[in-house]
Amino acid sequence: MFDHGKFERHSLLLTVGILAVVSIGGIVEIAPLFYLESTIEDVDGVRPYSPLELAGRDIYIREGCYNCHSQMVRPLRDEVERYGHYSLAAESKYDHPFQWGSKRTGPDLARVGGKYSDAWQVQHLINPRSLVPESIMPPYKFLVEKPLDYALIEAKMTALRRVGVPYSDEMIASAKADIAAQVDEFSDGASALAARYPKAQIRNFDGDPSQISEMDALVAYLQMLGTLVDFSTFDAVNTDARR
Amino acid sequence: MTYTDVAAFSQQFGLVYMVVLFLATVLYALWPRNKAKFDHAARMPLQEED
Amino acid sequence: MATQSIGGRPSGVDSLTLGGLLAALALVAIFAAARAVEPLFQFHAYVFLAGFALGILGLVLGARAGQSDETRYNEAIVRAGVVASMFWGVVGLLVGVVIACQLAWPSIFYFDDYGFLNFGRLRPLHTSAVIFAFGGNVLLCTSFYVVQRTCKARLAGGVWPWFVFWGYQLFIVIAATGYVTGVTQSREYAEPEWYADLWLTLVWVAYLLVFLGTIWKRKEPHIYVANWFYLAFIVTVAMLHIVNNLAMPASFAGTRSYSLFSGVQDALTQWWYGHNAVGFFLTAGFLAIMYYFVPKRAERPVYSYRLSIIHFWALIFTYIWAGPHHLHYTALPQWAQTLGMTFSIMLWMPSWGGMINGLMTLSGAWDKLRTDPVLRMLVVSVAFYGMSTFEGPVMSIRAVNALSHYTDWTIGHVHSGALGWVGYVSFGALYCLVPWLWKRQQLYSLKLVEWHFWVSTIGILFYIVAMWVSGITQGLMWRAYNDLGVLQFSFVETVEQMHIYYVIRVLGGALYLSGALIMAYNLWRTARGDVAAEKTKDSVAIAPQSGVIQAAE
Repeated sequence: MFDHGKFERHSLLLTVGILAVVSIGGIVEIAPLFYLESTIEDVDGVRPYSPLELAGRDIYIREGCYNCHSQMVRPLRDEVERYGHYSLAAESKYDHPFQWGSKRTGPDLARVGGKYSDAWQVQHLINPRSLVPESIMPPYKFLVEKPLDYALIEAKMTALRRVGVPYSDEMIASAKADIAAQVDEFSDGASALAARYPKAQIRNFDGDPSQISEMDALVAYLQMLGTLVDFSTFDAVNTDARR
Repeated sequence: MTYTDVAAFSQQFGLVYMVVLFLATVLYALWPRNKAKFDHAARMPLQEED
Repeated sequence: MATQSIGGRPSGVDSLTLGGLLAALALVAIFAAARAVEPLFQFHAYVFLAGFALGILGLVLGARAGQSDETRYNEAIVRAGVVASMFWGVVGLLVGVVIACQLAWPSIFYFDDYGFLNFGRLRPLHTSAVIFAFGGNVLLCTSFYVVQRTCKARLAGGVWPWFVFWGYQLFIVIAATGYVTGVTQSREYAEPEWYADLWLTLVWVAYLLVFLGTIWKRKEPHIYVANWFYLAFIVTVAMLHIVNNLAMPASFAGTRSYSLFSGVQDALTQWWYGHNAVGFFLTAGFLAIMYYFVPKRAERPVYSYRLSIIHFWALIFTYIWAGPHHLHYTALPQWAQTLGMTFSIMLWMPSWGGMINGLMTLSGAWDKLRTDPVLRMLVVSVAFYGMSTFEGPVMSIRAVNALSHYTDWTIGHVHSGALGWVGYVSFGALYCLVPWLWKRQQLYSLKLVEWHFWVSTIGILFYIVAMWVSGITQGLMWRAYNDLGVLQFSFVETVEQMHIYYVIRVLGGALYLSGALIMAYNLWRTARGDVAAEKTKDSVAIAPQSGVIQAAE
């Protein structure tokens, strides 16, 4: 007869027993997902973030936007009508970490890109209640005043490449130039940037060409959310295979 | 080994694993010979003071 | 390195190894500060440096005070833990009230010029302060108390328990200053960046070794069930912490790192962590408190020791699968959602096994609830545990989750568990510990405990009822259609509806905070040795605690 008394007397055995019980469950449940990549077709249009969008995403994370905004439209009738096509797994495949969120104190942002003008976004971030009187969102006036610090952008892209985001040497080498190019559609680098990052939106986002501000980066990120996949041509059957 | 294989294994294994583990625990806990030991253990927090 | 001293011999080897480690880490901190690529990293390097320097100073002063007495329990560290728990508890609740005010009155509680006080930065401060700073310190100090008493052995490792205690406080300071300055990984309940995670790993390994080392020294053949729960909590949290925080730093001299996983895999890893932080930090750890303090206070053995064994294994086994219920209807494959839901519903049974065991321990002694408000607090905590572990499985059902997810219902659910279960069982344990540790015959005032109990119970009710109503209201408004088949409400109309419930929540939170302040005052007076002149119904006898280790039977 197996003797559980050993567990009680031998603390190491008890420790190993606990570890075995809790780790097997986790492994069995999580491990299959790492085989997903071989079965899911790539969805056309999904690409790594441009350097400016990445910098904006880092600000989104820094300010804790995920505490109140989800980025995950569920396949429920009202959500699809309110926010747009339900979110695909492939759409967050370059998100380290994911930003699905868990609470909608504010609306979902998975497809907020292009829904409002840059000017609206900037004014709303500066003073949410000036546009939406009932809003309970905090004000982010300081983003306009603060110049974007992108000294570490190459290091960040290199780190992301190490965890699997396909940034090329060229993308990393031209990162700083690409940031400057994305806020100025008349710059020399604009077309090269657009070639590297298809569908990248290139313009001055905060309306102040005198400096690249944190507001430029954050609005660039918000305006690209959910815009990469063209759902008029997207074939849903292929991705449903994963279920 | 494809994703489908691994996923199917996970779903079935989860059930079997749980049932086996649960039965083993219940068997141990209700094994008559262990009763005295448990009764002693249950009194441990109460015995420690004068 | 630590194992040499873990036997607890009063040799001084433990102090020397710890001193060496701190000196080496101080050098690393100096180097990191010099090479920092950004000011925030430099700031944190200096905070670490200050921590290490203070640690070395403490070692020197401690060495001059002489060796520890192996015939006595280490109670000083439990006293320190009690003070830290009460301090962080008040801080965490206060921040909670502040962010609740922000959502109720945004034009008053937000400041254009103080972006670091925005909700997004303070919310992780609140959650981490109550869970990890308050809850973590309660778990640290009660586990150190319980393991010594039930093993009849002094805490192992000489000065290493103090490394665990102060190392954990240093982690809290690094995490908290990181949140307000914007250093975060954005993983809920695991926000601290890579270097804070590494530091916590080191502290946690020391914690495990101190705990196991004490068990190895025990004079009882059996390991009491409370220690199983503590062990499961320590071991599993270590595993969860390490896996969920795997990340690639952008620079080893900078704060920012990127998670090893992305998208779906990252989401499942995070919620495997997130749900098991609830399961093993906020449940297993606090069940250990229940299994020691409820029998102790009721002066009766636990209702069924057999049930405690079955419910222990069933609980830790089942919890680990439940995470995917946080990801219903998302891009996570549906079979994983179903698996998570199934195990979440099954979780109801082991959870109620624990609740029954805790409540029934009172059988034959129910009259004590009338006279002893501390015991009442402990028992009500178990009742709240039963309530929220019933609500949880219900919310994990996909159809219910479709409504409840993303709404305040989740917030209400969490707080019935956090305020009712974790809060009350912790308060009960602290009310027991202070007279024991400071060698007082009784608490300063049982009447103040009554006040604490009622003020905070009303606070909890305000809080969770407000969140239930607001959550279900908002969930229903989001999916409401008008006669034309068009969505009836814009998002902001649903936000507007929430205002009154957010005001009620502030009231509930403020009441709960007031209760904690009453408690802090009561404990402070108790520690000073004061006794309030008040009529008590029946005096509540508190067994004297000598602090001298007794021989096993």
